[in-house]
Amino acid sequence: MGASQARTEHKYQDLADKTGLKKKRALTSICFMIMDFLLPHCSRENLDSIPALANNPIRKQIVEAFFDKRNQHQDEVGSFEEIGFEQFLMVMSHFRPPTLKTTEEEKEAMRKEKLRFLFNMHDTDNDGTITLAEYRKVVEELLSKSGAIGQEAAKAIADAAMLEVASTNVPHMAPDDFYEGITFEHFEQILKGLEMESRMHIRFLDVDTTTMHCGKSFS
Amino acid sequence: MSGLRPRPEAFLCLLCLLCASAGRDVASGGNETWREGDPHQRDNSTAHKKAFPVLSFNYDYVREPFEISLWILLALLMKLGFHIIPRVSSVVPESCLLIFVGLLVGGLMKAIGEAPVKAPVLDSKLFFLYLLPPIILDAGYFLPIRAFTENMGTILVFAVVGTLWNAFFIGGMMFAVCQIEGAKLASVDLLSCLLFGSIISAVDPVAVLAVFEEIHINELLHILVFGESLLNDAVTVVLYHLFEEFSKEGTMTVVDAVLGVVCFFVVSLGGLINGRSHLRPPGRLHVPLHLPHPSHRAPVRLPLQLHGLPLCRGLPPVGHHVEKMNLPHRTGKNKCFSESVHIEALMLIACGVMMRPYVEANISHKSYTTIKYFLKMWSSVSETLIFIFLGVSTVAGPHAWNWTFVIFTVVLCLVSRVLGVIGLTYIINKFRIVKLTKKDQFIVAYGGLRGAIAFSLGFLLNSEMKHMFLTAIITVIFFTVFVQGMTIRPLVDLLAVKRKKESKGSINEEIHTQFLDHLLTGIEDICGHYGHHHWKDKLNRFNKAYVKRWLIAGERSTEPQLISFYNKLEMKQAMMLVESGSAAKLPTLVSSVSMQNIQPRAPGRRRAMPSISKSREEEIRKVLRGNLQKTRQRLRSYSRHDLFIDPDEDNVSEVRFRKQRVEMERRMSHYLTVPANRQETPPARKVCFEPEHRVYTYDDSESLRGQRDQPDPSDAVSLLIESPQRARGDAEPRPKVEQDEQMKLSRCLSDPGPNKEEEEEEEDGCSRS
Repeated sequence: MGASQARTEHKYQDLADKTGLKKKRALTSICFMIMDFLLPHCSRENLDSIPALANNPIRKQIVEAFFDKRNQHQDEVGSFEEIGFEQFLMVMSHFRPPTLKTTEEEKEAMRKEKLRFLFNMHDTDNDGTITLAEYRKVVEELLSKSGAIGQEAAKAIADAAMLEVASTNVPHMAPDDFYEGITFEHFEQILKGLEMESRMHIRFLDVDTTTMHCGKSFS
Repeated sequence: MSGLRPRPEAFLCLLCLLCASAGRDVASGGNETWREGDPHQRDNSTAHKKAFPVLSFNYDYVREPFEISLWILLALLMKLGFHIIPRVSSVVPESCLLIFVGLLVGGLMKAIGEAPVKAPVLDSKLFFLYLLPPIILDAGYFLPIRAFTENMGTILVFAVVGTLWNAFFIGGMMFAVCQIEGAKLASVDLLSCLLFGSIISAVDPVAVLAVFEEIHINELLHILVFGESLLNDAVTVVLYHLFEEFSKEGTMTVVDAVLGVVCFFVVSLGGLINGRSHLRPPGRLHVPLHLPHPSHRAPVRLPLQLHGLPLCRGLPPVGHHVEKMNLPHRTGKNKCFSESVHIEALMLIACGVMMRPYVEANISHKSYTTIKYFLKMWSSVSETLIFIFLGVSTVAGPHAWNWTFVIFTVVLCLVSRVLGVIGLTYIINKFRIVKLTKKDQFIVAYGGLRGAIAFSLGFLLNSEMKHMFLTAIITVIFFTVFVQGMTIRPLVDLLAVKRKKESKGSINEEIHTQFLDHLLTGIEDICGHYGHHHWKDKLNRFNKAYVKRWLIAGERSTEPQLISFYNKLEMKQAMMLVESGSAAKLPTLVSSVSMQNIQPRAPGRRRAMPSISKSREEEIRKVLRGNLQKTRQRLRSYSRHDLFIDPDEDNVSEVRFRKQRVEMERRMSHYLTVPANRQETPPARKVCFEPEHRVYTYDDSESLRGQRDQPDPSDAVSLLIESPQRARGDAEPRPKVEQDEQMKLSRCLSDPGPNKEEEEEEEDGCSRS
């Protein structure tokens, strides 16, 4: 057990550095939490079959986000068919919260990263902008669990939202100009008020996980 | 106001009225009898003939309501007065000024001696049953829920643990102080000190509200201090009763202590459950309102008083259904039944918090505005009165000044608050994501103001130390309100604490907030981690499936939050457009972007409009019409409850209004629609052309015909509405449709004919095309 323990520790150290998750305990707890239903490689069907996700209106987008190559920070595009633990962790690392010691630049970088993640979720064809059609799809998905009322209003809401983005970012457009779509800068601009770095986080990635029940103990 | 000239006739009339109404005899004992001038009816009771009393006063009869109204009048005048003097109100918070006024009035009353107006003392019954509840209800109703629930843990820790720490620390240290030789305080025993500590330890919501409202601090700090002040009530009550009982009995056992803890939970949970259970399903208050005359527009009923809570009803122009209310209407009665007056504070908060989403989903915009302003007004008057009475009671009450006691109390209050906040934040920060910085801690500590609650509780005391305690309490209150209240604003500026950001209600932020919620819930589900979002999602689903269906009328029960937010936003913007006229500027109007800029280029470019659902369209149309159109009012039967536009005002403002309307048309065409290029008929879409602004207020129809050939199409359009039913079918050639429409609509909309027929004609007019 000793040798393999050292090896896995080393591997986790690498993973920790790559994903930026500093707490080793966090890694191990995530590891154990998902180990029982995740195979060494995970495919879309595995994630789809999680029962708790069934009620989620944006289930498809979430699952897709895990398989999106753009979220791996390796400048690739496209999507995987199966992901390993490393890719999974890479996606999860987008949800780490800032600590008291995080500096302002780090917070800014973190925010950009999280916004990029969201942007990638919306921009499905990877052309760098969220077009009106894509945005409409987003709102429709959000309202997909609401029946007929949702479908009618989704278009109106998406249109109004797009209009708002356009008027905030490009205030003066001639009647014949065409606003192509929401670019990443505009996206950042309109979501400035949401303080993404503190909102978009999963709690257990921060807490010292002594309370987590671990079968094996890594130091 | 400038148009009125005082006329001597008016004064004479007033005088005569006074004489007539005051023409009662003054009986010596104060009971009034109406004595006729005719003497032989009273022959048996009076020995001699009395002259006809032309003018007499019976003050005792009207004394109580008269005094109350005088006080309220004073409060209102003060509130107005402070805002006229600009410099003072920016330096000194309103609460200080009000206490000062109270001091003056109290001093005045004392100087006069036996004054006609009895000095009101801030006794517990008056305070807890009449003055405090409106403030708490208002606070609970307008509590920002999201911030509150996100910080609930922190708030609870501060409220419970913090108050306990304060109480015991102050009580213990005061006891130590009392042991000092030469302070003449040896008679104060431990339990009295602890009792005193428990009274003085609680942060007061009224004072906090009064000060924090003016400094516009960021939401997190505001909700922390305010939430703490709301919730520490339970702790204070329990401690107070605990120590009071023990000081009566003289000894304390472990069992008693345990019972005290149990009592705390009973008080808090009881309050919460009581508040929650007072929601009623709609339809209970289904009072059939009479439709006075079919030709009327929807009259808005004045707020009805129902068991002490205001309701407002508005009739929609179409249909006869009455809005269903579900405001809790038993809150008033329950006050009498609550075991401790403090349960009701928690109950009111819980009540206000929980009923809000359901109330707002059920009522119309006007009712919502009425409720909002009524609550605000009521709580504002209450707050003013509290501070004034505090000043008056200070002057009135008997005092026993003891230098040592008072000085140590003040110092210890500050010290314990600071220590408590620092210590608790250190622990709390381990569990928080958004940590509290040193600046935040300072503001939280500094914002711990004491107020009238401490005074009233002190007033209830029964010990011989009462006067000394009261003096100390008053000193602490004055110190915190005056010194801390006045200095907190420059300190906030000095420390550059984050201020409240003005949120404009962005639809994008709302979309992404919801998106994030679902995203985080999904991630938590994938990890199998039952976190914060998971439970929140479960609660939402439960709410939607069971509670909303029961408590919200009609189809709005299934309306998702995003849609209701969007609808509210649209309504708000429509109203702003109408009400601003040419004065204010909408942020979106600064830009010239309109829908056509964002539509995808397609062959035969379609002018797609933001489509709104039918009922929403009705509401917006109603709002716009009500403000844009001025029909000549026919003579109607007078009814006290109808709020109509005064016909006399029409003449004066019509010119101005016309100008406004032109301005508005121009703006609306930028914002809401595309200036339609008439030749490009969208073949696949059906639109119903509603040129609302074309409704004019002239009585004669000649002007209408003259107006019809207005050349410029780009000024024309207001709301293009696409409805789902009409999506099928073909469109007729557009110019003809449009002209027909215009004729029909302008004719039928401007003619103040019967309400129902109008609507039908409109509908028919649209659907026939």
